[in-house]
Amino acid sequence: MSIRATTLLLALALAGAGGLAGRGAQAAPSPSPIEVFAAASLTEAFTALGKIFEAEHPGERVTFNFAGSQQLAVQIEQGARADLFASADQRWMAYLKTRGLLLGDPVIFAANRLVFIVPRSNPGKISGLADLARPGLKIVVAADAVPAGHYLRQALARLSMAPGFSFGFGQQVLGNVVSEEENVKAVVAKVQLGEADAGGVYRSDVTSTVSDKVTVLDIPDPYNVIAAYPMAILARAQAAKGARDFGRFIVSPLGQQTLRGFNFLPPP
Amino acid sequence: MRPPSRLPTPESRGRHARGWSAALTGLPAVGGAVFLVLLVLPMLSLVIRLPPGDLLSRLGQPLIVQALRLSLETSIVSTMAVTILGLPLAHLLAMRQFPGKRLLEVLIDLPMVLPPTVAGVGLLLAFGRAGTLGRALSALGVTIPFTTLAVILAQMFVAGPFLVNSARAGFEEVDTKYLRAAATLRASPAYTFLRIVLPLSLPSLVAGAAMTWARALGEFGATITFAGNFPGRTQTMPLAVYEALQSDVDAAVALSVMLLLVSAGLLLTLRTVSAAPRR
Repeated sequence: MSIRATTLLLALALAGAGGLAGRGAQAAPSPSPIEVFAAASLTEAFTALGKIFEAEHPGERVTFNFAGSQQLAVQIEQGARADLFASADQRWMAYLKTRGLLLGDPVIFAANRLVFIVPRSNPGKISGLADLARPGLKIVVAADAVPAGHYLRQALARLSMAPGFSFGFGQQVLGNVVSEEENVKAVVAKVQLGEADAGGVYRSDVTSTVSDKVTVLDIPDPYNVIAAYPMAILARAQAAKGARDFGRFIVSPLGQQTLRGFNFLPPP
Repeated sequence: MRPPSRLPTPESRGRHARGWSAALTGLPAVGGAVFLVLLVLPMLSLVIRLPPGDLLSRLGQPLIVQALRLSLETSIVSTMAVTILGLPLAHLLAMRQFPGKRLLEVLIDLPMVLPPTVAGVGLLLAFGRAGTLGRALSALGVTIPFTTLAVILAQMFVAGPFLVNSARAGFEEVDTKYLRAAATLRASPAYTFLRIVLPLSLPSLVAGAAMTWARALGEFGATITFAGNFPGRTQTMPLAVYEALQSDVDAAVALSVMLLLVSAGLLLTLRTVSAAPRR
């Protein structure tokens, strides 16, 4: 049994490897796709933008790698093939710029704001932002290295100075954190499943599939951190022209209108 | 006069055949070497990336010590738990025939195939606050996600099958004449198991426990999905490596080297112990 199982596994592995090799061979003749590395929070919006772009530019193909901006920046630094980088903050764009990995200057194409989300079932009985400081709650945020997590910590510090909030508010909320996730979509997942009492995410993360499972707690503008999203063509781009076309499409009226549809704000 | 070179002479044919057989014996050696390079080169590259002084100075950092401690504690507990809970199952599969045995075997193998992240979602859906069993637990005031217990459960889920399969193979190898002899002497089943089956299958059990432990130590996907990532509570070494990788590649390398060294040491010890001649 165990030898047969091993043989089967080996056969499966070889078949998988063959399939991969076959795919690579097939992909060669068609023009190389535009490789876009984009922040996890852009997943739905960029997927939609890619579809519209491909429909408008027959022959062009856009492929995406969505992950935390920090992770993408490190991947690009380590030599991953990418043509366009869209980051959720300026920090990781600057990281690549100082390493000479950008072609030209980044362009801000969108902005986002932070919100807290609470599962519809509301297991923590949270009715407003101030409740988040109540001891014993299970709050999930993105890690500090993730732009969303970094901004959220700033917003919490600002809220600590706001009327109606205690001075230690930010620290109390952080004291309730049970997990520091590696990207903002993981925060959404844990709130959506009802495992966390609340989570800090971008407004744009409350997509149409999520919105009926969570309640949004808005952070008032003066205390919110508005995340600016920069994009840039990469120095080692292999499809620089296509990447530029896609970038132009993102800042075009149609591209911007699409981003609004996904709850992104216009660039500040 | 030399015959035209195109015509094969007996000796050239012999040479030809020897060449082929040399190639055939050489081929596996080359294949083995390629495979070895594939296995060893990545680990070696990690080890040589940082100068030893740099490595040492990073390893004392509290966050690293904390993650390593949590990793060792949880993986040891999960291996022990899996051993205690898995042995009866392995014994049943080795000794008995019963309807649905195939199905049970497949069920036990499946966690090894499941992508760990999916395993994590499954664990959440089962033991999470809103989960099938978790709902009842949470009514009793027990919540598992985001706790160290969740880390242990995730490790047990992904690593447990290694122990069951290895222990079962060990039990199956025990010569039945000993068992018959024990039965003739009216030894109780428990006595037979403890004094005959267990000692005879010990090498397989140790090997299985080592595999289980190694897999538990390296567990990442199910842990981060089910238990989350919080230093000191659920952030094991693989999670700490992943987090470090996103901001400081060298810190991630230092952590990985540490994990490699500890694992190599423990696996080597286990191999030595299980290979030692027994009287």
